[in-house]
Amino acid sequence: MTQPAPRLHAVADASPVAPDAPPARSPARAFIGFDEVTVTYGRGESATTALAPTTLAIEKGDFVALVGPSGCGKSTLLKLVAELLKPTSGNIFVAGREVGAEPIRIGMAYQNATLLPWLNIRDNVMLPLKIVPPFRARYRSARKGEFRDRVDALLEQVGLAGFAEKYPWQLSGGMMQRANLSRALIHEPNLLLLDEPFGALDQFTREELWGVMQDLWMATKTTVLLVTHDLRESAFLANRICVMSARPGRIIEDRHVPFAHPRSIDQTYDADFVGLTQHLRSLIMEARAETGSGIVVPQHAPEGA
Amino acid sequence: MSIAATLRRRAASISLIVGIFLFWEAACVIFNISDLVLPRPSQVFETLVRFAPGIWPHAYQTLYTTLVGFSLGVCIGLSLGVLIGSSRLAFDTAYPLLVGISSIPKVAVVPIFVLWFGAGTVPAILTAMIICIFPIVVNVATGIATVEPELEDVMKTLKASRTEILWNVGLPRAMPYFFASLKVSVTLAFVGSVVAETVASNRGVGNMMMIASSSFNVPLVFAGLMVLAFLGVSLYVLFSLIERRVAGWSMRKNDIAAG
Repeated sequence: MTQPAPRLHAVADASPVAPDAPPARSPARAFIGFDEVTVTYGRGESATTALAPTTLAIEKGDFVALVGPSGCGKSTLLKLVAELLKPTSGNIFVAGREVGAEPIRIGMAYQNATLLPWLNIRDNVMLPLKIVPPFRARYRSARKGEFRDRVDALLEQVGLAGFAEKYPWQLSGGMMQRANLSRALIHEPNLLLLDEPFGALDQFTREELWGVMQDLWMATKTTVLLVTHDLRESAFLANRICVMSARPGRIIEDRHVPFAHPRSIDQTYDADFVGLTQHLRSLIMEARAETGSGIVVPQHAPEGA
Repeated sequence: MSIAATLRRRAASISLIVGIFLFWEAACVIFNISDLVLPRPSQVFETLVRFAPGIWPHAYQTLYTTLVGFSLGVCIGLSLGVLIGSSRLAFDTAYPLLVGISSIPKVAVVPIFVLWFGAGTVPAILTAMIICIFPIVVNVATGIATVEPELEDVMKTLKASRTEILWNVGLPRAMPYFFASLKVSVTLAFVGSVVAETVASNRGVGNMMMIASSSFNVPLVFAGLMVLAFLGVSLYVLFSLIERRVAGWSMRKNDIAAG
């Protein structure tokens, strides 16, 4: 097993919560709280537990990354927050209340950009304004004026200035993801859910979009929950990383990321950054090995370590 | 596509049609085929022109019953398709019945319609309607049911209602499927109305062909076929043009993707 860099030995101890993590509040009072939440698919013999009892409190303004082996229930957790899935047991609190009590504004982006091919980029991004209150009431009157300017400003922010009139098929994968992010943010959500939004992009485009995402988060201070396979991505963007075990998923480590924002791509090759990603990697390797789901991979010494 | 390539494509398809007519004409002359069996195309066109005033009311009647039946079929097909495509329960409940109905040969229902409504216009309209419902239902339902689950999740997290999802995502998405089915259905509707006219009517191209064949006026029978082909192709072209306007986004343009 890869040894974490010496200076990070402190976090590799048995305690699931790293010493430098903020003190946990009770889930019921957090911005997003999970209280002993479980999810089981199917019934009886064939029932599979996707999520073991999970307790988690996410504070307003947090950028939380969820990492873990494939099929560990990261996306399940995201869907629970979005109310796309109901927990089998336990309670979920959003904005200090139980889910279903008071709606909060959520933005969501998947790896698959799912832009509507019959609308140009501007109208695609404007779609949430047509649906989400309070914008929907003004949609008809503001569509050609205020909303249009708002969309164009956001497009400029994500580097899509001048592409408003283009159609999705005219854009590259990275540009579609920029548009997808804009669509998730245009209605000023107080919670942004991202399920591997940069997963299908090449490394350079991905790093470019990390920068875009970081700027957006710093500008809006919205709460973000990011599911990712990319450990560098999680450490670059998040200020808190939750590592999940293999199925049935549970959070095996909840770590604060100490680096100050804004972070640069160069920084991701610094020793303490690499140490953090290596530590995460070893945790996930262990989790994979535990269930036997992990294929034995020869252990190369990572570059620069 | 360049203009030259388009022209070449057009020229090729036109020369194929002309070629077939020439071959037909030549074969009739060379093998000395009686015009009671297979009239020459020149005879057919000559008959078409000579009987034009007589053919016109029949053509009008056929076009009328086809279009009314087709419009009814589109309304019913579209609503059924939306219902079946957006609800799993409706799909499971209604699909077997639809398949059952669609597998009945439509000629077989004409006598029933005649029994209920008498010979004439109504059975032709109903036959045209019933024959074109099924392709529309299946296509519209497919278009709506295949909305990407991720997109549906995005819409649901925006708290969009089912109607909003249908209106903003499902229906526009189903449009290419819908138009593909319209092109099939409009030609099928002709089959329906002509079959009904042949069985029980005193007007329409189908009826005219029946009468012509019973009096061995074979060129007039073929003239009827020409009229039907012309009407069918015209409507097909019409719907292709509408499709290009409404669902043109689904036809990939050979534009260069930006950056």
